[in-house]
Amino acid sequence: MINQNSKILLEIRGLHATINNVEVLKGIDLTIKSGEIHAIMGINGSGKSTLAKVLAGHSAYEVTAGNVLFEGKDLFELAPEERARAGIFLAFQYPIEIPGVANNQFLRLAYNTVQSERGKEELDPLEFDDFVREKMKLLEMNPDFLDRSVNEGFSGGEKKRNEILQMALLEPRISILDETDSGLDIDALRVVANGVNQITNADNATLLVTHYQRLLDYIVPDFVHVMEAGRIIKTGGKELALELETRGYDWVSKENNILAGAAS
Amino acid sequence: MNGAVRDDYLSHLLQSWHKPSSSTLPWLNQLRTEAVDCVSTLRVPTAKDEEWRFTNIASLTKLPFQEAHNTSEFSPTDIEHFYLPEATTRLVFVDGQYAPQLSNNTNEDDVIAGNLSTLANSHSAQISLHLGQHTDFRNNVFAALNTTFLKDSAVVIIPRNTTTNAPIHLLFIATQQEVTNYPRCLLIAEPNSQAVIIEDYVALHNLIYVTNSVTEVSLANNAHINHIRIQRDSDKAFHIADCSVSQERSSHYQSMNVALGANISRLSLNIHLEDEGAECTVDGLALIKGQQLADTHTFINHAKPNGTSRQLHKCIVGGEAHAVFNGRIMVRPNAQSTDSTQSNRNLLLTNKAQVNTKPQLEIFADDVKCAHGATVGQLDNEEIFYLRSRGFPEIDARNLLTYAFGAEIINRVPVASLKKQLEQTVLKHTQSTAL
Repeated sequence: MINQNSKILLEIRGLHATINNVEVLKGIDLTIKSGEIHAIMGINGSGKSTLAKVLAGHSAYEVTAGNVLFEGKDLFELAPEERARAGIFLAFQYPIEIPGVANNQFLRLAYNTVQSERGKEELDPLEFDDFVREKMKLLEMNPDFLDRSVNEGFSGGEKKRNEILQMALLEPRISILDETDSGLDIDALRVVANGVNQITNADNATLLVTHYQRLLDYIVPDFVHVMEAGRIIKTGGKELALELETRGYDWVSKENNILAGAAS
Repeated sequence: MNGAVRDDYLSHLLQSWHKPSSSTLPWLNQLRTEAVDCVSTLRVPTAKDEEWRFTNIASLTKLPFQEAHNTSEFSPTDIEHFYLPEATTRLVFVDGQYAPQLSNNTNEDDVIAGNLSTLANSHSAQISLHLGQHTDFRNNVFAALNTTFLKDSAVVIIPRNTTTNAPIHLLFIATQQEVTNYPRCLLIAEPNSQAVIIEDYVALHNLIYVTNSVTEVSLANNAHINHIRIQRDSDKAFHIADCSVSQERSSHYQSMNVALGANISRLSLNIHLEDEGAECTVDGLALIKGQQLADTHTFINHAKPNGTSRQLHKCIVGGEAHAVFNGRIMVRPNAQSTDSTQSNRNLLLTNKAQVNTKPQLEIFADDVKCAHGATVGQLDNEEIFYLRSRGFPEIDARNLLTYAFGAEIINRVPVASLKKQLEQTVLKHTQSTAL
């Protein structure tokens, strides 16, 4: 929800980033306030997922210019784990499988790490078990998934539910969902979106990275940004996503070229 | 290696050998005498031998330690932490010698378990049929040495149609330095029997000694044996082991080998699927660091049709340690419809860690399903990033992933207390593997 008085959580200014010396982000400006839901859309290779990974601190990307303030602090001063504990959460497009580590053990370790950073009480295995089972209901997840290895042998939909379960447990200030809708059938999409909607509130914010409008039927964005070639070329409200759905991306690109031409 | 050194080593070892007294069983005497003759015709392998290319045991040949003769002083409480509460049958051997006062047999199953000297008389026919018959001591100098000095041996017989409820724990404790121990096990599973047997090598101190062990396993028709072998000898010890298994029709041999200790260890595991429909599962984990070397040589011999083998061997190598895996799978011309998979996965934790892996498939039948593969790698950066993005410090992420790599094997241990012990060992190990 948009509220002029809510405070700024994330402020991205002139962000450039490269991978293997190829520039993928070419000047991103974006401000996200608490309570807001932003969607970033765009064709493959436009830099959407890169933005998500750079914000989470993936070491393969090098930030070459610009800055990002998270609650007023320089984000790039923080290691990935420090960002996570400070309240940045990335739901992975392809969650990693970790055979040999039980999901409940992984979830509890992650939860306790973040809790202790925030000066809150850690939970022992029994306490955590009650707590996590309650959260799993949000995502209509079978408790059997606690005893299995992290993401191992999970279907695409199960992996995505497990990501959102982590989001529910870690209670981030800002959640970045990288193509969480990909590989989900319509029922799973509804469940996952429902879970996200129950987690979002006036104090946190969500950045959805997606190809398709259909996720936005369930998680309604306040802002829709279109990315192309490493830049945000258009920003609008939720109706922009619908327009993209019917008209595709070409017209935005052309419109942007005309604007760019007029400006020069 | 020159001949003088080699002969010195073997002749030093044989110094303490005495012709067995005539009061013992003739077949046992004959076996020992044949073994000592074999030692005199064999030589200690060197790195020039293909089978020992990567495992240089020259340092071992400088240590012709004798058997332990003194009994060592320790309190039973020193070793209690090695006991497994689930195991109602426990045979304990201290420096190779049977320790009846530490052993325990409260099982309500009909298992026959004890030391060779007792059972050789009461079960002579059965034991003589198997003892020394499965291991190829005629071509293996270490197995020949073990047989030469054969006196005490764990003997376990699972009678026909018997399913044991509790695991059987064979515990070999090293307490003295500068000795050679010759542990020996004979496991006989009669038709339709079923058991979990743990063969466990531990040390009370971090001392130099040599373990030269031989284990023979016989599975009759439809027998099902889960054999877990844990090598946690002292980091300074040498551990040379031969485990030879013969499988009859439709038997299932489930094997797990975990190598944690020893400066140099070598396990030769030979599994012969001698009749139709036999099945084996062979899991292995070598977890080493510092200057350790762990060599696992396995040979799975499909001799008859419709056999199945499943092998997963993993190595986690830290420090300047060196792991060797040689996995040979033979499918004989007669062994049609064999289904065999083998996978060797290696995790190198440092730049100086080393692994030599050699999967060897030799297929002489045309209707078979065989797959094998080996990987050598480091921890995956995407996995590390995933964990860090969930708040794990980088070092914890690395440790957890290393632990997980080993846990895939450890999780298959069917005895809860042992599984827990091993989990703790792996955790402790992974937190210091960079050393």
